[in-house]
Amino acid sequence: MEASRVLNSLISGTVGPVMILVTIIIMIWYAGAVYLNSSFLIDRYEKNNIEWTFSQLASDSWSMERPVLPSPHQIAKELKKTIWDKKITSPRSLVFHSRVTLSSAMVGFVMGTFLGIVLSIGIVYVSALDRTLMPWIIASQTIPILAIAPMIVVVLGSMGVIGLIPKAIISTYLCFFPVVVGMVKGLRSPNIILVDLMRSYSGSKAQVFWKLRLPASLPYLFASLKVAIALSVVGAIVAELPAGAQGGLGARLLSGSYYGQTSLIWAALITASVISATLVTIVGRMERFVNNRMGLQI
Amino acid sequence: MNDSSSIKSADSSIIDISNLCLTFETQTEPVHALSDINMKVNSGDFVSLIGPSGCGKTTLLRVIADLEKPTSGTISVEGKSPNQARLDRSYGYVFQTPALLPWRNIEANIHLPLEMSGYSKDEQKSLSNQYLSLVGLSGFEKKYPWQLSGGMQQRVSIARALSFDPDMLLMDEPFGALDEITRDRLNEELLRLWEQTQKTVVFVTHSIPEAVFLSNKIIVMSARPGKIIDVIETNFPKDRTFDIRESPEFLEVSQLVREGLKEGHSDGS
Repeated sequence: MEASRVLNSLISGTVGPVMILVTIIIMIWYAGAVYLNSSFLIDRYEKNNIEWTFSQLASDSWSMERPVLPSPHQIAKELKKTIWDKKITSPRSLVFHSRVTLSSAMVGFVMGTFLGIVLSIGIVYVSALDRTLMPWIIASQTIPILAIAPMIVVVLGSMGVIGLIPKAIISTYLCFFPVVVGMVKGLRSPNIILVDLMRSYSGSKAQVFWKLRLPASLPYLFASLKVAIALSVVGAIVAELPAGAQGGLGARLLSGSYYGQTSLIWAALITASVISATLVTIVGRMERFVNNRMGLQI
Repeated sequence: MNDSSSIKSADSSIIDISNLCLTFETQTEPVHALSDINMKVNSGDFVSLIGPSGCGKTTLLRVIADLEKPTSGTISVEGKSPNQARLDRSYGYVFQTPALLPWRNIEANIHLPLEMSGYSKDEQKSLSNQYLSLVGLSGFEKKYPWQLSGGMQQRVSIARALSFDPDMLLMDEPFGALDEITRDRLNEELLRLWEQTQKTVVFVTHSIPEAVFLSNKIIVMSARPGKIIDVIETNFPKDRTFDIRESPEFLEVSQLVREGLKEGHSDGS
């Protein structure tokens, strides 16, 4: 009875299942750390003729200086060291690097959203653009971002554009695509009866846009924005890799891999994913706010 | 009927259609949606277009509303081309579905055509109040469409079509999707609205009792090609109620319509 009630309270709601899942992931992670780090440790034991037990292997593999896979508490320690213990202006602080990445991601997100909306309006309203633009837009996304990012940075750098803007442009490059696809679908989403209704009122093109097509497209826009804002962070990080940038989570990843400091890499990765998740949540909140204002029950 | 007095009838006729044909070009073969349509609607008439599915009654209504262009023939609406009549906002159109904007509340939905023709905020407000109370929906101003039943939504749609005071009301099977009880009630309400507002109504339906009860002129159509088989005039009092459905005259007119429909059917096959 008692046990089943405890079990019930664990699997109902959101907190219980999430906690269970996180616990399982952490356990797998610790096991994985032992598995991945063991061959190096066993080599060392045998070279130095040390007798070893499994518990010793486990505890050693969870506290290596440069593990293949750092254990969760090592990453947590690294996070604490670089977020809480360092001044946020220090180049060793993850807050400092996050701010660099976040600012170029946000500029890129805003530019990408704007570009995406402009292009989608063009595609929906100008039939020539409808036929010619979409293949190019799709082609643009088939080029690996890792291939094109250095070129953008180098070309813009030679034109004297350095710093935040080249990185933001790479974010823009990733962001605009989901916005275009979503908005084209959204602007075309009003059914034929509503279009006829506007026609029966002799609505001008501008009236049909502002009163029908734009409001109808907003749910599609928000779905796209959730994808776009996560991509903007990816774009900013990728842009920081080739530039040899002094700041940003990308630069942090790069220096971590130069010096084999895996816990540093993982700390940066986790920070990046927390930032992305937070941004997606913020967009989700905005979506709910707008839906409420529009009286839609979603 | 009164072709001889054409000058006089031009004054009272609000829709004038002669020899109108409409052919849809499709990939396989052309579809003759309307063939040699001749009809006249006088100001203040309640005209029903009745016929089987696919007889082109909706297409005919859409031609009047300038939502569809005829292939040949002439049509004038209020003495103008349908296009000009549409630009002058001379009709309100009620669709098969309520066609309300889900992100606007009831009041704002009624404001839509008013905003588009430049009424002031105060006028919008007072007109929406006036027409919502006319269709019996006072107090629902701030509700959203999804909070209303299908019948209520269709009443909002009628209020919206009336709100900018057009001369004509074009209705395309507005009650087709409703249950019979709601439909009966809305029929009575519509009749009362017609009497109060003096609008000209063109009403598409495939229900014989609905057509006979509502109209003073019933245009019976047949399918493929869509053409007019018969025009039946009724003479019920304007303030009629559902009691007349039991009267011999009502049954007689219904019988006439039914025969017309049957005739069209045998012609077509």
